[in-house]
Amino acid sequence: MRREIPLLITGIVGVVFVIQYFIPHWPFNRMNAWFSDWFSIVQACAIWLGALNLIKISIQKIAKKKKDWIYSVVILVFFLLITILGFAEGEEFREPGTGFTWLYEFVYTPLSSTMFAILAFFVASASYRAFRARNLEATLLLAAAFFVMLGRVPIGDVISGFMPQGAQLSNLATWIMTFPQTAGQRAIMIGIALGIVSTSLRIILGIERSHLGGGD
Amino acid sequence: MYPIWFQKRPLFTVLSALTIFLLFFSVSAFAQDNSQIDTTIAVDTTLAEIRIVPPSSVEVSDVGNDAGGSIDIHWQLSPEDQNGGPVISYSVLRAESVDGTLGDFTEIGSVPAGASTYADGNTVDGLKYVYKVAATAASGAVFESGDSIPVSSSAQWFDMRRINVFVGVLLVAGFIVYYIRQAKAGKELFIRKIAGLDAVDEAVGRATEMGKKIFYVPGTQDMDNVQTIAGVTILGRVAEMAAQYETWLEVPVSRSLVLVTAKEMVKEAYSKAGRPDAYHEDQVHYLTDDQFGYAAGVDGMVVREKPATIFYMGAFYAESLILAETGNSIGAIQIAGTGMPSQLPFFVAACDYTLIGEELFAASAYLSREPKQLGSLKGQDMGKAVILIALIVGLLLETFGIWNFSTLFSVIE
Amino acid sequence: MNARMKEILVVAVLTVFCAIMYWGKVDGWMTGFQFSFGLSMTVVILIAVSLLVILYLTLRGKLIGRRVVFLYVGISVTLPFFMSLSQEIKISPEVQTLYEGIAELPPGSVVLTAFDYDPPSAPELQPMAESFFRYCFNNDLKVVVIGLWPQGPQQANIAIEKILLDEAIAAKNLQYGIDYVNLGFQTGNEFVIQRMGSDFKSMFPTDYTGTPYNDLPLVRNIKNFSNIDYGFNLSAGYPGTVEWVQVAVDRYGLKMGAGNTAVQAPQCYPYIRSGQLVGILGGMNGAAEFELMTGTVGKGTKFMLSQSFAHMIVIAFIIIGNVAYFRGGRKQKL
Repeated sequence: MRREIPLLITGIVGVVFVIQYFIPHWPFNRMNAWFSDWFSIVQACAIWLGALNLIKISIQKIAKKKKDWIYSVVILVFFLLITILGFAEGEEFREPGTGFTWLYEFVYTPLSSTMFAILAFFVASASYRAFRARNLEATLLLAAAFFVMLGRVPIGDVISGFMPQGAQLSNLATWIMTFPQTAGQRAIMIGIALGIVSTSLRIILGIERSHLGGGD
Repeated sequence: MYPIWFQKRPLFTVLSALTIFLLFFSVSAFAQDNSQIDTTIAVDTTLAEIRIVPPSSVEVSDVGNDAGGSIDIHWQLSPEDQNGGPVISYSVLRAESVDGTLGDFTEIGSVPAGASTYADGNTVDGLKYVYKVAATAASGAVFESGDSIPVSSSAQWFDMRRINVFVGVLLVAGFIVYYIRQAKAGKELFIRKIAGLDAVDEAVGRATEMGKKIFYVPGTQDMDNVQTIAGVTILGRVAEMAAQYETWLEVPVSRSLVLVTAKEMVKEAYSKAGRPDAYHEDQVHYLTDDQFGYAAGVDGMVVREKPATIFYMGAFYAESLILAETGNSIGAIQIAGTGMPSQLPFFVAACDYTLIGEELFAASAYLSREPKQLGSLKGQDMGKAVILIALIVGLLLETFGIWNFSTLFSVIE
Repeated sequence: MNARMKEILVVAVLTVFCAIMYWGKVDGWMTGFQFSFGLSMTVVILIAVSLLVILYLTLRGKLIGRRVVFLYVGISVTLPFFMSLSQEIKISPEVQTLYEGIAELPPGSVVLTAFDYDPPSAPELQPMAESFFRYCFNNDLKVVVIGLWPQGPQQANIAIEKILLDEAIAAKNLQYGIDYVNLGFQTGNEFVIQRMGSDFKSMFPTDYTGTPYNDLPLVRNIKNFSNIDYGFNLSAGYPGTVEWVQVAVDRYGLKMGAGNTAVQAPQCYPYIRSGQLVGILGGMNGAAEFELMTGTVGKGTKFMLSQSFAHMIVIAFIIIGNVAYFRGGRKQKL
């Protein structure tokens, strides 16, 4: 039963979701909404599972003074701080001037932005290390990258200003993005979409059940 | 000589006369004022009476392929409806018609001049409605069209616009089911080599030799994403090997539901490998739902603990390179797999092996070699073949100016 | 001095520097400074010369480490903030079509703006949000905001608050509830879009402050996408433009444009060719172009110089890396 019930739920919900796309009539038009509500509810409740797991692991780390336990203290302190502030400030916790908003704007926002900004540095170091003209394909890729990177910024047209209009870097970049790039993206998207269809079908039909725990 | 009442009260008489005169005067003055107002109105009326020809041919129809509750109204614009003309808007009026008796018309909405359609999305299915459209002039005067024929809304049992999608779904599903049956019947199915998956053994072995940890990142999306399911499925296989080699496998996750699933998966894998005792509850643990908070957390762990092997299997966004480049900097062997086209270049640049798109979905079949799963892969390939043929045919037809073929695949209204 | 100590030292120096700058700002003596044109050019030339030195070293077989690359990226992003150099921005076709899509909307049209991003992507997407709102408010378009990311509606509020301070817009005395509405966040990803296809109110029974849907004059008569004249999605990932296209555009026929982070944008290009998206603003570049089209100079335009420099630096290091590769018998690992 431990696996049959989840399989049954998966099967029913999967089939209903497929059917409701084609049948606009009641009750199928509503079923989508019902299941969507259920999904939202389950997802919202499940957030506690994660939070409790994080607290448990952190407390264990601190109690046993495991390696780098001090980071767990930081996690716990900020977890409690932002949770308590959020609850203490009531429904208006997101209004300007509240402690929660202050933490959001001056702690969370800069920290997240910093992490995202690291991407700029890593793109440079990864390109420096891995972008090599190893063979014909890689050389073509390198040339495309060269044109797009220059063409996407105004400086590209400053450099290629002497060229005729059609051959200017910004136009070349637009051409690469609109044609070869889009064609490649489409090919990958079609493949992925079919992969999703096939995996979903396996899950709905119960052929793929390893995600329910253990393989067959 | 003067009348007797004048002789008796001369002052009173004069004052009375004056009052009466003033009264008359003011009344006549007011009367004059009124006539002035009247004239202005009269002028206005003449303006308005430059009659606007009302909108005509009000056609109504039930909106097709929907769940009911809406009716489309279409009309011919008033001939005076031109840029800068007297028409400023059209109001749509509706009345219920019960057994042929028409109720009162009420306005249900209005559209600016130039518009000739309105969608009434607030009808009761089965109930008959009659519509008319009124052109509103700048002066405020309205000119109504004739009544439409009665119409009622209804829900449909099949959305005919999606018949092409339906055929596509049947075709692909048919292929998959057919090849699964073939595979079950014992037919040998070929699957090409996927380097990234063959390298899984080597990667786990390397961690064992070095006595270091293996990290497994199952993407940053929830269980409703098929890529996460594929990632968690491969996790089962990796966990089994880690259990056999007695190497510590650590799985930081960013979603609660993934936490539950991954825990179950790893636990089962350890039992299957005959090492249930080696499984620890905190091997799979939650960090945060926040995208960059998670990236920061995993990066920190990678830098501090320096695992020998890192797997990234699932759906990733901008954190992909932040994770992979950090892993690269500590010299870990990295295998990635994702169906996010925009993140693939990053993984290719920073990882040793990358499963591109479908390869991730094929991993479960590839690793298990189970006939049913291999069959579904074959079916999927046939679907791809059909799309490829359609693409080539479409390309040729469009090149020669025959446009109708591509409309067969259109689902946009 | 070990590596850890060095790191701590660098952080300490930077913290002190920032504290002094902040104090200067509060105290009024630090009002921002700008390099003259001559100094700007000198800095550019110095950077170029140092890159040539690195190239020479690489040719001699001395490879530079990743930290040097990081240093150059840092310099190329920050120094242009102070430079007095200008560059001409060119409009790309996908921005042009997006602009034309909103330019043809008559005053009073209802625009749905979906904010599907959080603070990390704000540097790229916030300038788009600001110029989009500025355009809408200046042209009397009605704006309805929703968010599929929890932090999205908050980002929208930040943008609106800023735009309402513009003189021309402040003069219009726009009213919340009549001219614009923020319906807030709703969990459920693409299911929310799907439900909105039949009924907005069921997904957003109140706005973000808790005012009931029916008490908001602007949205009271909006039932579903058929009452929306234009959709604009600002997206940094999932759920985002792909989901809006798949559900709101494909299933409900919404006319839609999008603003994406530069990383996400290539994924959405196929939707422009197929007509599913009217146009797209891709990254900082798209933001700058849109600002140019709407006649404003915002952060997008200002930061383009940094973007230009950063691209040049990355290209320079790709060239240096390839030189190292060919010089080292194609085997050298960096």
